[in-house]
Amino acid sequence: MGRITLDKVTKRFGDVEVIPPLDLTIEDGEFVVFVGPSGCGKSTLLRLIAGLEDVSGGQIRIDGQDATELPPAKRGLAMVFQSYALYPHMTVRKNIAFPLKMAKMDQAEIDKRVNNAASVLNLTNYLDRRPGQLSGGQRQRVAIGRSIVREPAAFLFDEPLSNLDAALRVGMRLEISELHKRLETTMIYVTHDQVEAMTMADKIVVLQAGVIEQVGSPLELYKSPKNKFVAGFIGSPKMNFIEGQEAAKYDAHTIGIRPEHLAASATEGAWKGTVGVSEHLGSDTFLYVHDTGLGEALTVRVSGEFNLRHGDTVYLTPEADKIHRFNAEGLSI
Amino acid sequence: MARSVTTQQKAINTALAWAVGLLIFFPILWTILTSFKTEGQAISDPPVFLFFDWTLENYRVVQERSNYTNFLWNSIFISVGSTLLGLLVAIPAAWSMAFTPSKRTKDILMWMLSTKMLPAVGVLYPIYIGAAKMGLLDSRTALVIVIMLINLPIIIWMLYTYFREIPGEILEAARMDGASLKEEIVYILTPMAVPGIASTLLLNIILAWNEAFWTINLTVTKAAPLTAFIASYSSPEGLFYAKLSAASTMAIAPILIMGWFSQKQLVRGLTFGAVK
Amino acid sequence: MATQHSRSAARIMMAPAVTLLLGWMLVPLIATLYLSFRDYRPMRGGDLGFAGLENYTRFIGSSSFWPSILTTLIIVGGVLAITIVFGVLLALLLDRPMWGQGVVRILVIAPFFVMPTVSALVWKNMFMDPTNGLLAHLWRFFGADPVVWMSEQSLLSIIIIVSWQWLPFATLILLTAIQSLDGEQLEASEMDGAPTLARFWYIILPHLSRAITIVLLIQTIFLLSIFAEIFVTTGGAFGTKTLTYLIFQRISESQAVGLGSAGGVYAIILANIVAIFLMRIVGKNLD
Repeated sequence: MGRITLDKVTKRFGDVEVIPPLDLTIEDGEFVVFVGPSGCGKSTLLRLIAGLEDVSGGQIRIDGQDATELPPAKRGLAMVFQSYALYPHMTVRKNIAFPLKMAKMDQAEIDKRVNNAASVLNLTNYLDRRPGQLSGGQRQRVAIGRSIVREPAAFLFDEPLSNLDAALRVGMRLEISELHKRLETTMIYVTHDQVEAMTMADKIVVLQAGVIEQVGSPLELYKSPKNKFVAGFIGSPKMNFIEGQEAAKYDAHTIGIRPEHLAASATEGAWKGTVGVSEHLGSDTFLYVHDTGLGEALTVRVSGEFNLRHGDTVYLTPEADKIHRFNAEGLSI
Repeated sequence: MARSVTTQQKAINTALAWAVGLLIFFPILWTILTSFKTEGQAISDPPVFLFFDWTLENYRVVQERSNYTNFLWNSIFISVGSTLLGLLVAIPAAWSMAFTPSKRTKDILMWMLSTKMLPAVGVLYPIYIGAAKMGLLDSRTALVIVIMLINLPIIIWMLYTYFREIPGEILEAARMDGASLKEEIVYILTPMAVPGIASTLLLNIILAWNEAFWTINLTVTKAAPLTAFIASYSSPEGLFYAKLSAASTMAIAPILIMGWFSQKQLVRGLTFGAVK
Repeated sequence: MATQHSRSAARIMMAPAVTLLLGWMLVPLIATLYLSFRDYRPMRGGDLGFAGLENYTRFIGSSSFWPSILTTLIIVGGVLAITIVFGVLLALLLDRPMWGQGVVRILVIAPFFVMPTVSALVWKNMFMDPTNGLLAHLWRFFGADPVVWMSEQSLLSIIIIVSWQWLPFATLILLTAIQSLDGEQLEASEMDGAPTLARFWYIILPHLSRAITIVLLIQTIFLLSIFAEIFVTTGGAFGTKTLTYLIFQRISESQAVGLGSAGGVYAIILANIVAIFLMRIVGKNLD
């Protein structure tokens, strides 16, 4: 079981309140992603749950029991660190076995679990190597192995993929998702990368300056962001925001339209502009359109190839039902 | 810099560097060579470099006359003892400063360093009298304590800079894995810190071995280490080149070897981590 | 990163080191300060009462004070100049590609590990002795009169001996600093058309400035209190009496403890002036 409840949890460093009182419930078996720009308090929140930091106020409950004062080891949680935090002087086998050894488990059971974890994570051939002799992806797997052998109530991941190169990151992302499907254990995952959040999460928690901006499934956040911040943070390329007269037509202070919800045409459309840089990805083309009279350049995502060149005139039309409206405070209307 | 250098240039560098290196090393080499000569050959004119009758006589005489082993034992006892005692005090202190730093950590470190800069001569008399009153004059105990204290800031600083390189996340991982504070230190910190502790040990044994102010001023004969023993050769009647060389060679050989092993750590240790 | 629990454990673990160093600093310091205001002569019955500032004025007023300051400055300045200039040159040389770099490094570093009494005695007797010293042989070989080092060139002799001991230290630190210089920076300056000397002057030397400052300060602190080198060579004669040695003589030889303690206070103040600068540099590195 792994149901984690945060009740008015607060964190202050000296006089600075990095997390104002915050409530959140994470259901058993959920894959929850904390996402937000750097410095938003998402890692601090994770460390509070882990017990690596003391809370300044409020209560943390794990499966209904008060864990606020429990030391990290007693909370039944496992953590995968950004740097993997493998023990460099131990072999892979000993690294994975370490938490079991600390739990005074008998050797036969330790061996069984380590071998089992190794085969799940494709580490069997590397068990006698040291972390220094492994690649980044393998180290990542060892760190995961070390956390799964304990059969924790929940896994905590602190930006675990940020040290990997792009190709490996996609692979590991899949592996972690796969692992979650198989173990059905609660996972809390911290990242600044909204793509990771969108692809992996059951539930995304968007944080800014220690405050939860919105909680919801990836598609909820994509389709109905509560405010401009969430709207801009989720989705890639970023949502276009238009203010002023054009927004007033829709009875809003600001309107937002995602690049994929703009249709581009060489001949006719609602807004006229000039093509700037176009990025050809093969499957899609991203156009950066200037001089529309709507403020900043607009990003447009066109499926497949699009044959307009730098400086050509282009006409854009938004899909009417995909326009997001915001008031002066940035909240969705 | 990955670039090729012509063989000719490399040869010039090599010749020049070796010439300078040998020149700097020459006094030591000469001392070692002289220690194997007879007293006559040691002062022969012109000097003989390699072609003399090699003899171990000087070593035997020095040993017999001056009870060399006694001084050697004192040197070992004082340098190793003061360093181990220092480590005992310094490891917990450095550990806590490196892993649970507070706002005052930096001030404490700087203050510790400042005690190192107190000129010894400024406090010579109080220490001397203090040792005398406690009956510790000419005792190894007094020297172990005093030398431990003068090297303690260096030991703490060196350990601190090493410990700080151990990522905090690893210790947190151990904590998450259920390790208690004791287990954290035994299974994780100590094995990872062993190289740093070893080089701290080595460098501080060297520094203690060569310490020549307190060892001369706080000892007479009983507790005198090699520094004081060699200093006794400065009086003219003790002066025989070959024997002086033999005594010197014996006094510096162990530390020279240790020093060569610790040369990589030397820079960091002596600059308090400011140059790495 | 810490929790309350680990913080209180930390405090307990620091206690022994802090207490010991605090005691080591305060007790002798206070005793020295106290003695410096007393007329204290162990050979003439011990404490002869309060002396006010007399020890301080007498110490400065004595005919050996200013010469000892001058001697100290000459020795410290001379050694610093020699070790830093040759240290930079040697570091540049050792940084170049060559065969047997490791061995040369070891040869160059070796003098640092020789205990001060040994190096002083070896130099004094086997090199600088006017009849049997190797330098005397060398001088005679070239038809010159051997120098009577210890009495006629006493300061120079001590500077040579101490420089020999400290040159390895300077070289090693400067070499480490040079090796940390980004190779791409040098290549960039080469692409920009800077000749060798300009590269040294505009790229290497500024890069070394921090290391040079550190060498300068650390050596100054150690050099201000050199003792054994003088003790076993001239014993303070022939104008080689440094401030440290003068204090040592006042306390140990003439048993004027009050007077010597006042001198000790001066030495502490002098060392602290240097220390402040060193600590600033080291302190910056902590953040």
